[in-house]
Amino acid sequence: MKKREAAFNLKRFLMANIVPIIFILLSIFAIPISQFSASYLIQEMLIRLARNSFLVLSLLIPIIAGMGLNFGMVLGAMAGQIGLILVSDWKVIGLPGMALAAIISTPLAIALGWMCGAILNKAKGREMVTSYILGFFVNGLYQLVVLYLFGYLVPIRSPELVLSRGYGIRNAVNLLGIRNCLDYCIPLTIHGIKIPLGTFIVIAVFSFFIIWFRRTKLGQDMRAVGQDMEVARSAGIPVERTRLISILISTVLAAYGQIIFLQNIGTLNTYNSHEQAGMFAIAALLVGGASVAKATLPNVFVGVILFHLMFVVSPMAGKYLIGQAQLGEYFRVFVSYGVVAVALVIYEWRRARERAYARRMFRGEA
Amino acid sequence: MDRIKKFIADIGWPRAIIALFLLSLFVLAPFVNVRIDSSISDTLVRFGMNGILVLAMVPMVQSGCGLNFGLPLGIIAGLLGATISLELNALGFLGFFTAIAISIPFAVVFGFGYGQLLNRVKGGEMMIATYVGFSSVAFMCIMWLLLPFRNPTMVWGYAGKGLRTTISVQEYWGGVLNNFLSLRVGEFFFVPTGTILFFALMCLLLWMFFHTKTGSAMSAVGANPEFARAAGIHIDKMRTLSVILSTLLGAIGIIVYEQSFGFIQLYMGPFYMAFPSVAAILLGGASINRASLTHVIIGTFLFQGILTMTPSVINSMLQTDMSEVIRIIVSNGMILYALTRGVRVKSR
Repeated sequence: MKKREAAFNLKRFLMANIVPIIFILLSIFAIPISQFSASYLIQEMLIRLARNSFLVLSLLIPIIAGMGLNFGMVLGAMAGQIGLILVSDWKVIGLPGMALAAIISTPLAIALGWMCGAILNKAKGREMVTSYILGFFVNGLYQLVVLYLFGYLVPIRSPELVLSRGYGIRNAVNLLGIRNCLDYCIPLTIHGIKIPLGTFIVIAVFSFFIIWFRRTKLGQDMRAVGQDMEVARSAGIPVERTRLISILISTVLAAYGQIIFLQNIGTLNTYNSHEQAGMFAIAALLVGGASVAKATLPNVFVGVILFHLMFVVSPMAGKYLIGQAQLGEYFRVFVSYGVVAVALVIYEWRRARERAYARRMFRGEA
Repeated sequence: MDRIKKFIADIGWPRAIIALFLLSLFVLAPFVNVRIDSSISDTLVRFGMNGILVLAMVPMVQSGCGLNFGLPLGIIAGLLGATISLELNALGFLGFFTAIAISIPFAVVFGFGYGQLLNRVKGGEMMIATYVGFSSVAFMCIMWLLLPFRNPTMVWGYAGKGLRTTISVQEYWGGVLNNFLSLRVGEFFFVPTGTILFFALMCLLLWMFFHTKTGSAMSAVGANPEFARAAGIHIDKMRTLSVILSTLLGAIGIIVYEQSFGFIQLYMGPFYMAFPSVAAILLGGASINRASLTHVIIGTFLFQGILTMTPSVINSMLQTDMSEVIRIIVSNGMILYALTRGVRVKSR
């Protein structure tokens, strides 16, 4: 009896962590083929941890509230980008520039997050697909504002930002003024590997914020809402309000996350940066072993490392294995979408099984 | 006034606004030197091009599987049919029907697998469908590079292998339907009779199917699964069948699209193709659990009308190209509206 239970647990462990396990196996296979040196990979992973962790962290709170993966985080990313465009127009550089961008983006992110939360409250049970389409919709509004109103209603003084026709922002905005200003504000080099300590400190602070937040009254309310909306409602928790706040916090964090992301990269791709932000953050979180209903801090960091390891390695591995770098490129696109598909299927599958089990229990057949 | 209010409430605010918007574009067109006849002709061509892709939404919505965001899967089956027909050097009508014939088995197999998957994830179909579509497109990107196609008009010239991103079908079966019985009045007015007839034929076949015993069983599954179960209908079987039908229509739809467009678009081409079709059927009045042929026809016409008219009219008015932004806002706004309404909780 005991033995059977143990075997069952092993199977369960494998099932629960199937995605990270596949990724570890893939990496073990691909790293030697890619012929990258260890120090290069470590440096690259540290940079990518600094670059992406904060964006992934912003996804955690809606998951606690049972709203699934917040595809609407791109709204926050857009707010962050508007802040960055204005800051680079005003030529505020360094850390003050970043802080100013964050301050500008906050009210925008709050407004967008409010809207997103209100809409998702109207689409209960379909939060993910709705927030996903909302991302596209707001992307249209963002283009309307940035491509037509900036430089027309919103004064933009720097000619290098504006399209030659006199209004609208160019495709690429150079963020040299704030590039890496947070990453290397405390210089630290170990064995020739530069460590972006400043960003790590910010990420650590926000990780503690999330740990602390889970224990507050509001955090507990969110857990209750995530478990069962009706029970939470009868316990006197304002369900709609709690859900709205969880999305709002996530959107604001995503705005800051995008600012940190872009200060590391150094160029803003005005019309594309935000689209990829949501996609990659969600894929990374799922690669880390999170599910639609449960995500922890280790999931975030393991996910970022594994996902981006594959990201760096696969084009070169493809090149050496088959002779076409393009193949590895497509492979990583396939993996980043495939992993989300697999994670969603596993989650829904499990939920369907639990429902069937509950039905059997109800009939007394268990 | 009350009657107007009731009328608008019946057809829905966004639909009324968009219909008025389209009407005003047609009214404005002559004043900004846009030819009405060529605009209507363009709208008709695009209507025929996209109609069947929109039609591919109907079976899945009717059986309660939600909007078919996994349309790219059907499109891939169609692309396989099209590329293989080119490899076989099949020309004209023969080529067009060869492409369809080859794509059918692919579509049935893909649709069966996709249907089995969706049966296990009831309630979460739409999000999973989206990602099934995306990952299958990404997977096929790899396959287009590796599959052993040899026809020199299709593969990259310098490497001799790997398909090109766009392949012209002009010399094979481009425009065979568009030019069949086509009507040309003056320099600007052109009716792609063949394409529209083919679309009408597909509509008729689907209409006939939904009036058979199986077809009405399928609708019953979508309308009320508990009732359908009680009536002895095999729910999962009906749902799988509807997914196969949708995938099949997607495959035929893309081939019709290509013969009109003149090119096969591979790699990331089909990536976002589900969204315009979803938006079109919703614009026509469908909800996420009810869709009819009328919705398809009205929706495709409205949506394609806006797509044709906004670039020409708005550009001549404002001297800028805002059509892309308008398209994004209209299509996604429409989907968003549908998702936040029709909150009838599905029984599980």
